[in-house]
Amino acid sequence: MSISAKLTDMPDHELIQRGTGACAGCPSPMGLRIVGKALGPDAIMVMTPSCAVASIGMMPKSCYDVPVLNVCFASAGASAAGISGALDVQIAKGVIAGPKPVVFNWVGDGGTYDIGFQGVSAAAERNDDFIHFCYNNEAYSNTGVQRSGATPLHAATTTTPAGKSEGKKSMPLLMLDHAPAYVATASIAYPQDFYKKIAKAKDIKGFRYIELHAPCGPGWKFPASETVEIGRMAVKTGAWALWEAENGALTINAPTLQLAEGKTKPSSLEDYLKVQGRFAGLMKDAAKEQAIAVMAQGIEKELADLLARSKR
Amino acid sequence: MTKEVLQPLAKPVYGAGGPTGTWRSQRPVLDKEKCTGCLLCWIYCPEAVIAREDRAIDYEYCKGCGLCARECPVGAIAMIREGEEA
Repeated sequence: MSISAKLTDMPDHELIQRGTGACAGCPSPMGLRIVGKALGPDAIMVMTPSCAVASIGMMPKSCYDVPVLNVCFASAGASAAGISGALDVQIAKGVIAGPKPVVFNWVGDGGTYDIGFQGVSAAAERNDDFIHFCYNNEAYSNTGVQRSGATPLHAATTTTPAGKSEGKKSMPLLMLDHAPAYVATASIAYPQDFYKKIAKAKDIKGFRYIELHAPCGPGWKFPASETVEIGRMAVKTGAWALWEAENGALTINAPTLQLAEGKTKPSSLEDYLKVQGRFAGLMKDAAKEQAIAVMAQGIEKELADLLARSKR
Repeated sequence: MTKEVLQPLAKPVYGAGGPTGTWRSQRPVLDKEKCTGCLLCWIYCPEAVIAREDRAIDYEYCKGCGLCARECPVGAIAMIREGEEA
């Protein structure tokens, strides 16, 4: 089945009710708008402590037009699994009529890479029936920008003021190694690609993982108007790769595929880094050139590994 | 026995975060002559304040992030300082 992702064909349905508590230019409501369009109104959202929870608004008002459950930080995997399992039982017993609503997590990198990792891993291993979205802003932005397992090398956070000395872990590939039915990466700058991936995941039963690269203005130190442009630069430099895997078969998506195949030259990594204040320390470092060259080599290796995996 | 939800429930409504248009220091102004209707501003707007039909902007809730003006491929949206004429 081919899915039309033309903007003119996208549904009107809005999950986000305007006047949210999110910062200006925030990628979380941007992403959730696409999620709402792809999944429709019959969905249940689960959130762990994050900006997405802080954005809800003031009780008894909510900016989200779906039922939302705020659960504790480590429990996204277990909570969504429990809700999904309970719905299955209620439908089987005839307590509620089908079809089953889509259960999904909207969780940051903290609730996925670090604190939520075991719960998400266990749910993937059990093949529980829900979609886990990780909106990855590469830090604990909600609590004042502390480093996470998704923070890249050399990025300054409040807990790595001189720049992080370790690289990020590859969460999407870790999830792929759990062998679920569907794993994908997406970017806020490519809403049509994201929409297509959600629409595809919606029709699959079992555990599905979609990670959205979500540049954060206050956390990464760039103006609110640049959220999309920085997301686009991340993809065009190869710092963020777009791919999907159905039943373990990995496909690299455009424009990452053209980078991996060497058909297009990656955009300047230095240009991508220097527009983000979190790399200001690196930009002033005497060993800057060498450090950026090492980062570029890392990207090249990641793309080569993805390409090899896509040909398996 | 009726089963009632004991927790207070929040309901979806515009302005759950308050009248967020007051956050704005600059406002986007659309030039309808230049607009080609590509809908990029509509899809990228984090607050969903741009109407799909005519790209009318809801200034009551627009936070003035400027993403629409930044992403418009034909420069049909200008950011104007609040208090100044377009």
